[in-house]
Order: sequence, then structure tokens, then C-alpha cells
Amino acid sequence: MGEDTDTRKINHSFLRDHSYVTEADIISTVEFNHTGELLATGDKGGRVVIFQREPESKNAPHIQGEYDVYSTFQSHEPEFDYLKSLEIEEKINKIKWLPQQNAAHSLLSTNDKTIKLWKITERDKRPEGYNLKDEEGKLKDLSTVTSLQVPVLKPMDLMVEVSPRRIFANGHTYHINSISVNSDCETYMSADDLRINLWHLAITDRSFTDIVDIKPANMEDLTEVITASEFHPHHCNLFVYSSSKGSLRLCDMRAAALCDKHSKLFEEPEDPSNRSFFSEIISSVSDVKFSHSGRYMLTRDYLTVKVWDLNMEARPIETYQVHDYLRSKLCSLYESDCIFDKFECSWNGSDSVIMTGAYNNFFRMFDRNTKRDVTLEASRESSKPRAVLKPRRVCVGGKRRRDDISVDSLDFTKKILHTAWHPAENIIAIAATNNLYIFQDKVNSDMH
Amino acid sequence: MMFARGLKRKCDQEEGGEVFGSVPSYSLQRQSLLDMSLVKLQLCHMLVEPNLCRSVLIANTVRQIQEEMSRDGVWNGMVPQNAEPAPLDRLVSTEILCRTVRGPDGEHPAPELEEGPLQGPASELPTVNSTHGPRNPQSSLWEMDSPQENRGSFQKSLDQIFETLENKNPSSVEELFSDVDNSYYDLDTVLTGMMSGTKPGICNGLEGFAAAAPPPSSTCKSDLADLDHVVEILVET
Repeated sequence: MGEDTDTRKINHSFLRDHSYVTEADIISTVEFNHTGELLATGDKGGRVVIFQREPESKNAPHIQGEYDVYSTFQSHEPEFDYLKSLEIEEKINKIKWLPQQNAAHSLLSTNDKTIKLWKITERDKRPEGYNLKDEEGKLKDLSTVTSLQVPVLKPMDLMVEVSPRRIFANGHTYHINSISVNSDCETYMSADDLRINLWHLAITDRSFTDIVDIKPANMEDLTEVITASEFHPHHCNLFVYSSSKGSLRLCDMRAAALCDKHSKLFEEPEDPSNRSFFSEIISSVSDVKFSHSGRYMLTRDYLTVKVWDLNMEARPIETYQVHDYLRSKLCSLYESDCIFDKFECSWNGSDSVIMTGAYNNFFRMFDRNTKRDVTLEASRESSKPRAVLKPRRVCVGGKRRRDDISVDSLDFTKKILHTAWHPAENIIAIAATNNLYIFQDKVNSDMH
Repeated sequence: MMFARGLKRKCDQEEGGEVFGSVPSYSLQRQSLLDMSLVKLQLCHMLVEPNLCRSVLIANTVRQIQEEMSRDGVWNGMVPQNAEPAPLDRLVSTEILCRTVRGPDGEHPAPELEEGPLQGPASELPTVNSTHGPRNPQSSLWEMDSPQENRGSFQKSLDQIFETLENKNPSSVEELFSDVDNSYYDLDTVLTGMMSGTKPGICNGLEGFAAAAPPPSSTCKSDLADLDHVVEILVET
């Protein structure tokens, strides 16, 4: 698959440096596994690259805990739908890890139409000393065999093997935007614009019923689509899905086979003072994530991130402005299609800090307890080796400090759509176009 | 509402309508937004299925604008009286559309626009050229939606879209969408140079929106002849 992708390394900042080369395609998804030991990225070219965290070494403590390439494979290939005369992109939309149940690791990767289950195994020993075959595997001349031996396992260079175990195809008419593994570890769901399917991990030739179907009888009546969905981290019967109108629906699979009657509808009433023709577009939820505790949900729309309490449907309990200075630019952002950019959001391990990306390679973090927020930049130029990331500021007129960026000089082609937070530690992965940044908080302080 | 009224600047070329040198009227801005949205809906990717979420959001925006225009009582009055490229003069460049209060950099597009379609009955297509000439960076609306190498065919598709905008007065969004596939049928035909009898797959993301069948081929052929003429004009300029 590629020496070129194996050379893709990661930029570490905060208090650490690492050599840095990236040649990969645009990264389209980033996901830590459940322990944080592995980090998977998918890209526009259909490839998956998995990074592994090096174990901390007593001999060389300064290189402890860095991520290096572990495996690279081609997950999806471009396809052509002859019936519709359309290309099916190989871009990986989402990767989700399965909880590890044995020595192997498994993950689901999906493009617009097909989900694949991959099994990742290591091989670090091989048998030697066969009686009938020689070292190269050729059959021995039996006359030379004078005694029998028992083959023994000898160590070899680590080999990581990846194989597709299941291919879940033909389940979706529309484009898949989310996949989510159930806490029961047996089922998972996949959501496209209009439907959500439930699959059993062992069965590929059919999915269970559509558990959600919002396709109207007459497509001319279509005004709302599904934008994201996720299973509850602890309750295997609960899941949430978000819509292009800014609402969340929490569904209970025990209630009915087809969950079009949501259990709870979460929706914030519109602010009449901010009303414009773009109100609906900017209210469309681009990502929804349950907190690790399962008590809250985090949503991202174009200008804000919001925290919702599962017990309060009327409005979010917290709202954070990501880049409110764009509110006066919505028209040109609509014209350039930037207004349709789908940003993701993440919780830290203790659910006290929220992170999301923005433009100009900026990403934002909000501390829910202190109510403080910070803007950081993911770029080679701005992060020197071993330097702590410098907070950035966008000025909107008025007093301008020295290192401020003005709104008009923001680069809207540099968007950070995909971010991930290590499940337990203060390590974050930021995808900036075709570059992957991993930032570690080396200071072993409390996790906020 | 959303567009703040700015101050009227002094401008030598300022004459006639309030478009020049000042913030355009709300109704002009609204109409421009409507036209921009319609074009966005129709200019889908050629090869890949269009993003349904984006299409739905744009369609809802169009609906909102139309509803407001109906409430204001201006919707029915929007049918152009002649076959002139009337929509073109409403396709104000983004600079003006998004202008609130502008400094010196806001001056640029207005004079250019004046040379174009607003000068009266020019022939149909050259006005398209001047509207998004290379000097005007703000007409990125057009460049944004088409790669450079497709400019030639893009001109043709613009013409078809404007025809659609001119000839139709969609009283409902459904009628509006019933035309989407048709335009694409034309576009597809023009680009490939062949008549295809099957429904195009390009705008399948909006498959449900289009109730109408593709147009009869005779319409297409006469359009092709017009377009050849148009291409000649463009090439010569």
C-alpha cells in the first residue's frame, strides 16, 4: 500500500517534537480506539492509516507515548454505479472501533454506501523447522530427510495483517453519514440522509429493519434530513439522531421496531432577533456525541457547540460560540458553500472540556467548569518544537493586538472538520486538510 | 432584516438606481439571494451524486424567500416583461449582495455591472461574460461552481438556466424542481453531443423533486443551435 503513506508522521507539539512529513490525501475522519493506544485515520483516497502509541520506555523517557504508523491499508475503492451513472466516492466518511475482545483489533470503516469490518492482527512469530518443506517453502527431497523434528515458533519482525471480515453493502440508497457500535458489541447502526439501519456484526446479507425512516411518501415534501446519529454509550436500546433543522431525537428501540416515534425531541426555540434567511442552515446539526457519562449530548452547528441534558428537551444547558464573528458573513459563506461545512465535536475523557474545529486551521476548546475557552492553531509554521501552543485570537475590529488575525484574513480553505480526543488522557488528534497533528499535554496535571 | 442598510457613498458613477455606490435595496438583495440559490441547486456535480442535505437546505431557503415575497405581494410581479436577460441584472455580484457598509474596496463591482446587462438590449450572451469577467474577483459565484476547463460548457449551461429562470414563474417549489432534471438533460446532451433517452442520473439527489419527464428532443435541438451561435460569440470576444 505504500511507502508514501508509511512516511506520514505526526507533528507533536506542546512539549515535544517529532519529524514531520505528510503526503496523504485529505483526511476525512479520525478516531481513537477505546484505550487510546490506537488512532485510525481515513482519507479521501479510501485509505486507512492506523497509528500506535509507543509504550513508554524507561531508557528513553523523552520519546515515550508517541504515535507511529502501525498499519496502512486500502479500505475502499472508487466504484461506479452504472444504473445511475454516478461515481461512488471511496472517501472514508467514518471509522469506528469495536471494543477489543481478543488479541485482534477490529474496526468498521464506511464510505457513502458500503461499510466494512476489518480485523487487524499481529504476527511476530513464525514456525520454523518443517519436515517436508525447506526454508523457502519448497518441498524437500525426501531422501535427505533422516530425522524428524518438531517445528518451533521463532520470533520475526512484527507484521501487522489486516483483512476484511465483513462487507455490509446495499443497505443504503442515500449517503452514509454516521456509524455507531452498540454497547452490546453485537450490533451497530448506520445512518444516511433519510434512514438508519441496524446491523448485526455477524450478518452481512441483510440489515435488521430500518429503525428510522424519515423519507416522505412524496419526495417533493422533503424538508429535513438526518445529519448524524449515535448509540448511547451504556444503554443499548437508546440512540440519538440529529437533523438539518437543528433538532435531536432520542429513540428507544424497545418502544417499536421502527423508531419514527421518537422518545424525546430536543429542540431549541429560534431566537427571533437573529432571524435571517440563513437561520435554518446554520442551525443544522453537523455532529452529535454522547458524553462519556451518558448524561449529556454535545451538538455542533455552524456557529456554536451546545451541551444538552438528556432530561431537558426544551433547550441546551450550555451554548458556546465557536466563531460568532462569521454571523455577519453568512451571505458570502453561503455563496462559497462554506456554510455547509460539517464540523465535528469532541468531549475529553472526563466530559469537562469540549473541542471543535474552525477555519484558518484554528480549533477551539471550551472548559465547561471554568467557562474559559481557547483558540489554538494547527500548523507547522505556528508550532515550534517543544513549544506550548500559543493561543490565537480573531479580532473583529476595534482594538487589535499584535498577533491577532482579522476576520477578513481568515483562510476558509483551511478548515478543521475532524478532531478526536484520547478517551482518558489529554492527547488530541487534529486533522488539518492532509496533515495530522497530535498534541499532548505533557504536564501531568489534573484533567481539568 | 438581515442586510443592514448602509450609508450612501459619493460616487461619480452614481446615477439611477440605488445599486451603484450604495447598499442595494432589501428586495434586490433578496432577489439576488433567490437567484443564487436557484443556480446552486441546478449546478450539481457532474459525476458524483449531489449532497442531499445541502440541496434540501438550499431548497428550504428558496421556499422561505418565496413565501416572504408572496407575503410582500411581490412574487407575482417578478415575471420579466420581455425576453431580455432580465435575471442577469438581478444577478448582482456577491460584492454588492453581501455589502453592508463598505469602504473603498466596495466600489469595484458596481461600475462593471453597469457596463453589462443594465445597458439595455444587448445580445443575450455577451452580458454573461461581462458579469463575471476576470477583473471582478467577487463574481466568484461562477468560478466557484465550475472548474476553469469547463468554462465553455459552463456558459452554455448558464444560458439554459437563465432560460429556465426567465420562462418560468414557479408558483411552488415543486414546479421549480420539476425543471431541474430538464435543465440537466439539456446540459448533459450538450456536453456529450448526443441525445440520451434515459433520465439523467446527475441530479438523482433530487430524484423525488422532479415530477416532470425529460423534455422532447426537438426543444433540445433548437437550443443546441442557439448555443452554437452563442459559443461563436464568446470565442470571438
